Amino acid sequence: MRNLLIFISKYNAFFLFLIFEITSLIIYVKYNSFQRATLINSANQVTGALYARASEVSSYVKLKDVNDSLASENARLRGMLNSAYYADTLAKHTVNDTTYKQQYTYIEARVVNNSVTKRNNFITIQKGSKDGIAKGMGVICGSGVVGKVILTSEHFSIIQSFLHKDTQLSAMLADTKDIGSLIWGNDLNPHMGVLKDIPNHVKARVGEWVVTSTYSDLFPAGIPLGKVMNLHAKGGGFFLNMEVNLSVDFAKLEYVYVVNNKLAQERTALETQKPNE
Amino acid sequence: MSRVLIQNFVRFVVLVLLQVFLLKNISLYNLSMPYLYVLFIMLLPLETPNLLLFSLAFLMGIIIDMFYDTPGLHAAASVILAFVRVLFVSITVQRDGFDAEPEPTLGNMGFRWFLTYSTVLILIHHFFLFCLEVFRFSEIQYTLLRFLSSSLFTLFLILITSFLFYRRKER
Repeated sequence: MRNLLIFISKYNAFFLFLIFEITSLIIYVKYNSFQRATLINSANQVTGALYARASEVSSYVKLKDVNDSLASENARLRGMLNSAYYADTLAKHTVNDTTYKQQYTYIEARVVNNSVTKRNNFITIQKGSKDGIAKGMGVICGSGVVGKVILTSEHFSIIQSFLHKDTQLSAMLADTKDIGSLIWGNDLNPHMGVLKDIPNHVKARVGEWVVTSTYSDLFPAGIPLGKVMNLHAKGGGFFLNMEVNLSVDFAKLEYVYVVNNKLAQERTALETQKPNE
Repeated sequence: MSRVLIQNFVRFVVLVLLQVFLLKNISLYNLSMPYLYVLFIMLLPLETPNLLLFSLAFLMGIIIDMFYDTPGLHAAASVILAFVRVLFVSITVQRDGFDAEPEPTLGNMGFRWFLTYSTVLILIHHFFLFCLEVFRFSEIQYTLLRFLSSSLFTLFLILITSFLFYRRKER
């Protein structure tokens, strides 16, 4: 017993190393699924508040860019207003519209923490469960899709960015409507994605838009994702892999919109009921 | 004694703030990211008890993790760094030749010793950091490239910081 104690105290550095290293590895492996991490992330009180303060400074510096993007978005939305169209029939009827009911609502939120340089990137926004944000909602911005919400606290939420190895979006080619899925490429370039699983016979062209598909329950169909840049990325097998130039500049995110799909719950509830074959 | 405590506490806070608010946003060609916070663990006094050394390294890592949203990753790498520091110091430094609590700074230890010390520690820290972060072999080339360029960047920053606060040992 005494010898054991002497042995341990002589090599105490090694044993301390083992204890601390195993502790941190357990934390890393266990909380890396992220859903259960409650304390060690940027949505807790201290880090969240500090990031919010820092983002106030940086958002002031970026005001010009934000103004430009808001102005261009305004222009686009203005073009979609009723008043931008003229009626070419003479008779006018007031129709109480019962055909269209609102399916998607949007919650605007400010980005307080963001990264693009890591293998798996997350974004923190300053709106939380109090503002109606829930886990699993999609997130877009003025120029395209950003990611999805994976964790909320009262005032903050964490978004799994598109720049993450587990993010996969259901996408389609805007012209031919062929469905594939969009992932972030292996070379960790924040401007590039890979559109995979498009059948070989499809004639895509360089410069064609890739948009969200009609299958997705996170986003409305037709939200832009990027433009096809290169038709023959390596490693496709029987499928065509394309490099896509992402339309969102993730490094400059300032404001995002969280998409609330009112029919999402009903749809997932139905889909989980289907019999397993 | 209290001077050493205050000095290290201030260094801790300043390095954390610098790391998460400034250096986190810097990356060269999306390859090279500096992790200057390791300087805190490297500059703790040589006489620090091992338990305190490992606790502080763990604490530093976990705080950086909170801001980087990577629970446990930086903590694991920092603890490895602390262990390598203990080994390196026990091999290269004679224990008896010192007055009260000397710190392994550039001024105290000389340029050649400090350069080897920081190079070895940074290389090992960054290697584990990037390997743990990616956690797969299929991207090994890219990971190695990121690891090497980031180590260079960090080493560069650490040498610059050391020369900024350079103070020659009084004899």
